Amino acid sequence: MSLKAEQLTLAVGARTLVSRLDLALAPGELWAVLGCNGSGKTTLLHALAGLAPAAQGRIAIAGRAPADYARRELGRSLGILLQREDQEFWGTLAEYVMLGRYPHARGLFGWGADDEAAGARALDAFDLAPLAERAYGTLSGGERQRARLAQLWAQDPPLMLLDEPLQHLDLRHQLQALERVREAVRDAGKAALVVMHDLAFAGRFDRVLLLYGDGRHAAGTARELLEAGRLAGLYGCNVRAFGAGADAHFIPVV
Amino acid sequence: MTRRAWLLPALAAAGAASLYIALLFGSLQLSAVQVLDALIAPTPGVIDDVIWKLRLPRALASFACGGLLATAGVLLQVLLRNPLADPYVLGISGGAALGSLVAVLAGAGLVVVNLGALAGALGAIALVFALSFRAGDWNLHRLLLTGVVLSAGFTALISLLLTLAPQAQLQGMLFWLMGDLSHAGASGYAWIVLAAVLGAFMLYAGSLDALALGPLKARALGVALGAVQSAIYFGAALATVAAVLLGGTIGFVGMMVPHALRLVGVHDHRRLLPASALAGGGFVTLADTFARTALAPQQLPVGVFTALIGVPVLLFLLSRRP
Repeated sequence: MSLKAEQLTLAVGARTLVSRLDLALAPGELWAVLGCNGSGKTTLLHALAGLAPAAQGRIAIAGRAPADYARRELGRSLGILLQREDQEFWGTLAEYVMLGRYPHARGLFGWGADDEAAGARALDAFDLAPLAERAYGTLSGGERQRARLAQLWAQDPPLMLLDEPLQHLDLRHQLQALERVREAVRDAGKAALVVMHDLAFAGRFDRVLLLYGDGRHAAGTARELLEAGRLAGLYGCNVRAFGAGADAHFIPVV
Repeated sequence: MTRRAWLLPALAAAGAASLYIALLFGSLQLSAVQVLDALIAPTPGVIDDVIWKLRLPRALASFACGGLLATAGVLLQVLLRNPLADPYVLGISGGAALGSLVAVLAGAGLVVVNLGALAGALGAIALVFALSFRAGDWNLHRLLLTGVVLSAGFTALISLLLTLAPQAQLQGMLFWLMGDLSHAGASGYAWIVLAAVLGAFMLYAGSLDALALGPLKARALGVALGAVQSAIYFGAALATVAAVLLGGTIGFVGMMVPHALRLVGVHDHRRLLPASALAGGGFVTLADTFARTALAPQQLPVGVFTALIGVPVLLFLLSRRP
């Protein structure tokens, strides 16, 4: 399943964040979206997910506009990891993760065996099985972040949009989360668009979309776009590169 | 998913027990065996009349009223994403009270008074809906504020009516405002509304669970947000109207019962809805039994007792460490 944006323009108030963006996300592709705070990364993800209207342009999911999908069918095709969830959840972690199966639920009474299996797999994928019966409200910030990821894994859509999936995670779970995304893309043929700030992992992505926040953007392979000079221009600070290729990482310097 | 599986059967048993207790107590002293006798093998006589014509209809009306209020409370707490929302927060009860008091003042009979309450409630529902539903989407802040502002307006008009009302009608009007089941008639329609609302939303309990995560997340998971929110609004409104027609504005049940059940660990709506209906029904039935026997032959408004029992229970649950 593919995700296409054509001539997409995103604006907040009078400010144009992204102007005339063409983007094609094909199965097996892993994209990183980089840019400063407020440069339109989250706005882009919400527009692609059909959660917020774009100012101009077209979005097509497997050739059809999001508005032409029934909501639950859209939920089976495309999933989004939101950057923030304001709502307090009253139930257990397992119940929270199982809500990812909502678009798949066929029977009106409870979950089917395949839903339960998908939920259990999702818990295992993020080391959450030992915490399954804990009340969601008692989890730490990083544990909640893994719960959100697990909910998306239970939802299991072919198109995944992830808004800062690594926030609050410790080093091991940052690596784990990225590996899970890479597995999903490489082995299961999904497509993922990942908003992130951590350039230490930038070299692990195939493709990169840079958003400058003033309408300008650049898209291409990680190899051609990720270099210190360009990133310095993107973030407005000095950046030094270490290594090359998949091992490339970048750190800000004063 | 199987946690506290005993809770629903236990609540069902408690609900049945509350109905039995309501049949047991009253101005005519009856033994437990006499009540069972009258229920199982009715024989014409005073005892049968008391059980079948007086106490059972009142007990059934109380139970339906409590069940409806608690169900409406669950629905509105999900819709407004506020655990302190109750069935009266949207001004429905204020509209009903205003309509019925106008009818009482005009000297109308019971049927017209109920029609007045119905008209007032439907007017309030339509007004709140028209003011807060725009372009296929709800603005929840506007919904809540519209309800609160309208309620304040209704309260002012009701106070005005009360000061103008002749002395003779004042007590009846005050009882209605505090919640009173002594004039509740046949409750068949309320049971039908309770079964319909409960059944419909238990089938769509998954949508309520997802909506509890917040509107954005719910849409991302595939909830048809506008349709589900409208269904919740009108379902809760219907339940509230039916309850208000039976017993006036009985306070505290709709807010406290679902909240108390969540605090003891029931939160998925497939169980929270029936559990709330059973607990709310049993609670109001017991409170009403107390209200009509405590100072017999003087009958007290049941709403006073739901608040007197509800406040300490909720304070206790809130002060417990999770």
